[in-house]
Amino acid sequence: MRLLIKNGHLIDPGAPENTGMSVLIENGEVTAWLRHGEPHPEGCEVFDASGLLVAPGFIDLHVHLREPGQEHKETIATGCAAAVAGGWTSVCPMPNTNPVNDNAAITRYMIEQAERAGLAKVFPIGAITKSSDGSELAEMGEMKAAGAVAVSDDGRPVPNAGIMRRAMQYARDFDLPVIDHCEDKSLSSGGVMHEGKMSLLLGLKGMPALAEDLDAVRDIILAKETGAHIHIAHVSTKGAIEAIRRAKNEGINVTCEVTPHHFTLTDKAVEGYDTNTKMAPPLRSEEHLEAIIEGIKDGTIDAIATDHAPHHADEKALEYDRAPFGITGLETGVGLALTELVHKGIISLERLVEMCSANPARIFHLEKRGSLKPGSIADVTIIDPEMKWTYSNADSRSKSRNSPFDGRNFNGRVVATMVCGRVVYKI
Amino acid sequence: MEKPYRRRDLLGIRDLTAAEINGILDTAENFREINAREIKKVPTLRGKTVINLFFENSTRTRTSFELAAKRLSADAVNISVSSSSVTKGETILDTALNLDAMQPDCIVVRHSSAGVPHQLAKVSKAAIVNAGDGANEHPTQALLDAMTIREHKKKIKGLDVAIVGDILHSRVARSNIHLLTKLGAKVRVAGPGTLVPGDFQHLVDKGLEVCPHVEDAILGADVVMILRIQRERQDSAYFPTLREYSIHYGLTNERLDLAKKDAIVLHPGPMNRGIEISSDVADSSRSLILDQVKYGVAVRMAVLYLSTGGSMVSA
Repeated sequence: MRLLIKNGHLIDPGAPENTGMSVLIENGEVTAWLRHGEPHPEGCEVFDASGLLVAPGFIDLHVHLREPGQEHKETIATGCAAAVAGGWTSVCPMPNTNPVNDNAAITRYMIEQAERAGLAKVFPIGAITKSSDGSELAEMGEMKAAGAVAVSDDGRPVPNAGIMRRAMQYARDFDLPVIDHCEDKSLSSGGVMHEGKMSLLLGLKGMPALAEDLDAVRDIILAKETGAHIHIAHVSTKGAIEAIRRAKNEGINVTCEVTPHHFTLTDKAVEGYDTNTKMAPPLRSEEHLEAIIEGIKDGTIDAIATDHAPHHADEKALEYDRAPFGITGLETGVGLALTELVHKGIISLERLVEMCSANPARIFHLEKRGSLKPGSIADVTIIDPEMKWTYSNADSRSKSRNSPFDGRNFNGRVVATMVCGRVVYKI
Repeated sequence: MEKPYRRRDLLGIRDLTAAEINGILDTAENFREINAREIKKVPTLRGKTVINLFFENSTRTRTSFELAAKRLSADAVNISVSSSSVTKGETILDTALNLDAMQPDCIVVRHSSAGVPHQLAKVSKAAIVNAGDGANEHPTQALLDAMTIREHKKKIKGLDVAIVGDILHSRVARSNIHLLTKLGAKVRVAGPGTLVPGDFQHLVDKGLEVCPHVEDAILGADVVMILRIQRERQDSAYFPTLREYSIHYGLTNERLDLAKKDAIVLHPGPMNRGIEISSDVADSSRSLILDQVKYGVAVRMAVLYLSTGGSMVSA
């Protein structure tokens, strides 16, 4: 089975000089780059990408697929459908399922469910501690053997520095990145939005930026001492970004991701008490958003990840205090990156592809992904960078509808997605 | 949702202009006299329905709204829900939509979570009046405080007002800060550092000052407003003991002597005597706590009247 993606504008961060190439895919792998017009093998299906960007498949390092245990919010099949519609050919689900993904059997189950759905590729993230309760280490070696690519207790970050240190020492031997949702809950517990002028104005309890800063600094010091790779999830504060920048300059093995909502919105969006503006970390104030943009520009921030967190409508139709944290993001992430970062001149398209594909593949050691060089797996994201469109929750492929971007206009859209050479999404 | 003609929500003082605030106060002045009559009832809101939907305990505010509705001849229904409707498996929006389907003209809402009136206002056809939402706003309290101040000081512009106590958790403080600064008063707030965050300075553009000591706030004040210490918050340890609070932050005669000679004292109630306010002060002639309660009925009559389509009185 052969497919030629021809006449597109190829962007491969690994080979910036090869923009004018068509991509030949055979049996799920990229086998050659051909010049436009160069004769191609016979019996080739052709995908005409004229006027479109052709990029290595985008990899979302941070999603919640809710299966097993909370299938009323999302299943692996519906989550993967939303993923490919948003341009993500691979997604990495967090372990806060029920039961928690803290053992190889659950890791394998998640991968099998994804294979059954046949859409995006799923690379599960295992728990750091059993049941993510912060006390005993989970079987990281077994989970890695089953296909887990990193470990994290995500929304229940390990509060005990001694256990976190041991987790890093242990994970390092298996070459597993340790991901931390940096939040010192002794400072943030009970909070529902960023602490600052807006929280005082709205009478809502705040989550101070320093709850994230302190945990990030702790993790960086532990990573330096243990030699482990720490990946800071959804970085959102000026303090954490500055700490990561310093650590990188010092040569400490630290990487980080940012969510589209954190580079798009501020805590002003909470006005009106729409519970789809409630997530952790919370939408921060202008000064933090500026620091995020700076971190995206100067390379301190490595990757864009959506933190897709579906919740059922009933669960979000509550008082702001009581509604759960999290918003969906798979179908709006790339559109926001194009609209808010590329079209505003903050980053180039090449840098966008680096943040959504090449860097995520490198951070989680996903071999043969993050590039379309011959020999790579043929995961491809095809984008019309100028297409104007409006996102509507009603059209979402996710089981949930909890996005604050309902009705928002975008400039630039994913128009097709291929996984292992197969077209899994096309508008 | 588009509300029927001229039906208006009152969600907070923050959304109002100075002219609107004065308009409500002037309208309330007109209703005051009804409460002093032998037959305390006028037909103004005959045929209108008001639902008092209280998700949080209240004696004073609920009774005040109920009397206000009844003295204007509206049909008033009181619903007290001790805990959120979610315990029965219904979301708060569904509860509100069900009540709204019975076609009331106005729903008065109190809830321990900030923003509930705003959430309901988006889906209801009835006008929503905020009777206190979490730590956000308590607009009718600020209006009745303003009416009390106007009565005794004949103005609000240019006055120095001290607000003392748990500012962080106080919806009364927020509504009063918005109202008083919009009408040109200077507001000084003070209390323990744990309950008066520095960011408060930026809450409004001008007219607000955060003072390091209670004495600085009270010095030379025309009005001293004391906030209730919410004992139920004591488990969060914002200050060591009530005893220590009363010694360092309570309003005593000595502290009140720092204010202007004719300064008045306000408290939104219910009072913790001997903690945030000494009994001497509470029972003195400078304390207008019962006047506040009295004017509360007239203010709520005006609010119900205006939110169900009445026109403002222009002074």
